[in-house]
Amino acid sequence: MNIIVVGLSHKTAAVEIREKVAFSPTQMEKPLNALVALPDITEAVIVSTCNRVELYATTRDVAGGMARLKRFLAEYHNFPLETLEKHLYSYHGEEATRHVFRVASSLDSMVVGEPQILGQIKTSYGYAAEFKSSGVILNRFLHKAFSVAKRVRTETKIASSAVSVAFAAVELAKKIFGELSDKTVLLIGAGEMCELAAKHFINVGVRGVMVTNRTYERAEKLAEEFDAKPVHFEALMDHLPKADIILSSTGAPHFIIHEKDMEDVLRRRKLKPMFFIDIAVPRDIDPKVNDVENCYLYTVDDLNGVVATNLEQRKIEAAKAEAIVEQEIGQFFKWLSSLDVTPTIVALRSHFDEIRKAELAKTLSNWKDLPPGAEKKMEALTNAIMNKLLHHPTSLLKRTDQGSRNDLYVDALRHLFDLETPEQQEGMMELED
Amino acid sequence: MNALLFNSTLVIYAVVTAVYLIYLLKPKESLGKTALWLTLAGFLVHCGFTLNRFIEAGHTPITNLHESLSFFSLSVVGIFLLLERRYKISILGSFMMPVALLIMAISASFSTIIPPLNPALKSKWLAVHTIMAFLGYAAFAISFGVSIMYLIQSHFLKTRRLGSMFQKLPSLDILDDISYRCLTFGFPLLTFAIISGAIWAETAWGTYWSWDPKETWSLITWFIYAALLHGRLTTGWRGRKAAMLSIFGFVIMLFTFLGVNLLLPGLHSYK
Repeated sequence: MNIIVVGLSHKTAAVEIREKVAFSPTQMEKPLNALVALPDITEAVIVSTCNRVELYATTRDVAGGMARLKRFLAEYHNFPLETLEKHLYSYHGEEATRHVFRVASSLDSMVVGEPQILGQIKTSYGYAAEFKSSGVILNRFLHKAFSVAKRVRTETKIASSAVSVAFAAVELAKKIFGELSDKTVLLIGAGEMCELAAKHFINVGVRGVMVTNRTYERAEKLAEEFDAKPVHFEALMDHLPKADIILSSTGAPHFIIHEKDMEDVLRRRKLKPMFFIDIAVPRDIDPKVNDVENCYLYTVDDLNGVVATNLEQRKIEAAKAEAIVEQEIGQFFKWLSSLDVTPTIVALRSHFDEIRKAELAKTLSNWKDLPPGAEKKMEALTNAIMNKLLHHPTSLLKRTDQGSRNDLYVDALRHLFDLETPEQQEGMMELED
Repeated sequence: MNALLFNSTLVIYAVVTAVYLIYLLKPKESLGKTALWLTLAGFLVHCGFTLNRFIEAGHTPITNLHESLSFFSLSVVGIFLLLERRYKISILGSFMMPVALLIMAISASFSTIIPPLNPALKSKWLAVHTIMAFLGYAAFAISFGVSIMYLIQSHFLKTRRLGSMFQKLPSLDILDDISYRCLTFGFPLLTFAIISGAIWAETAWGTYWSWDPKETWSLITWFIYAALLHGRLTTGWRGRKAAMLSIFGFVIMLFTFLGVNLLLPGLHSYK
């Protein structure tokens, strides 16, 4: 049985294309049922996020299966296949496995290391499990992908650093203040990036937020949005000492906070550190403020610099993650190949035969005055019993018309009669946690 | 036995310091953990040495430079382990264990023989005075190490050098807090050490205070730390200024302890 993947992502298609072939998460039953109804497709899972749409399936006919999936994707969304095809990628076997492991580990994401994708795949798998479109192979395939993603997360620092300006600001603030729960943020002006940063600060739980703007009405409106306190722009200097983190993005043509003001401000707050983030261009805060004791000033360029360094760091961690993925592919394939029918039948027969021989030898050795020829007859008898017992399971396994049920039987037999090699058992145990 | 325990401690601290310094440069969490367990092992051996020395000498083993420095180092490691337990900052070891090792190394350079006890030292005050003084010193040593960490971290933030060491160093707030706690722990100890010393001096020499160099410098040290604490409590001195003053205080304290003993003749010199 082969695993195939057909899909498109932010790397191969623009958002206009992606949104046209996306599946609604509330209506997964229909497409999943349609997929497994396709000829020669035995199991299917659909992953549909804003950055990617992917169909995972199992089939005996790789080329035919891929073509069917592509056609399904186009026809289901009434989208011309010719246009869609050039945005599609398709993988099978080892490549498909590598692809899914990389996607789940967030190595294929727009922002490498972002954690959402794993949750999205888990949700997608949840639908497939609910509507019974996935079976033995895809179940284990995706569980393996989850465990690989978990390993990547614990063994590398792929997601440990902030890769957006707003997050970088929060991380820096934590390095200055430690806990932010008793800190106050002052928002000056209403730039988009400033608002975003303010939202991040609110999310990590700062104590309070103040908002000021040249037009007080605008400040009031913003304050309402953030559940913050509006402050008159003219009274900025009175409120500055109360703020620990200052986010500024006004359209002012000159500095609004000067170095010379800071001495008084700091004295009034007993020298407690202040963190200034100046997102405005031209700048709002005199760069000399950074030279003032216990004042730390970052401009938008500085923050971008932080993000760039972090992204660089992620690349190094991503290389480690790729190595983990490569290791795990091999393990998964060992299991997959164990699902082949012939080796299972051979293993099953030799398992029974061993038992038969051992029991026969034990009985014969205890039997003193055995009539001549009895040994041969007993041999034939036990052989016949074994063959009768194994006849039905063997012929059932040899049938090729029952799709994913076959894999289920193989998997079950291997479990029931303990036919695994030690290596495979080890791989299995890892999957279970 | 004494030599074996002492040298084992020295070797373990040297290894710990090496591991902590590698940890400073390499982003590997397991290194920090290894170093911490080794530190604990070294500390226990060090305790063993101190106890053994106590039994052999029959009095608190803080009567010469070899013993005092060893006890100083033991106190530094002990307080470091307590802080590590409380704050879980592995990188603190990268700054404190070199200090502990250095003190031990200097201790090793002095005579290890147990001399007969000077009659003036035969007093119950010996244990009280010296143990309090050295615990206080150790707290100041930690404050010194943490203040250096503060200055480095603050420098990284100001200059935007946000590398792996920046990531590993804790926040300015925590560093400032640890430094402050060490000061509030060390200052009363130093105060009581001076007071108990004065009482002891009265019983031994008949005068509370004789302005010998050690007493004078102790008072200078006490004033520096008093000023620092006062500044923190009233005008809110904190951050770089407090860190620099704490470093200065420690340098003066070292002089009070080592410089005065070795360079200036007086009642406290160990010769």
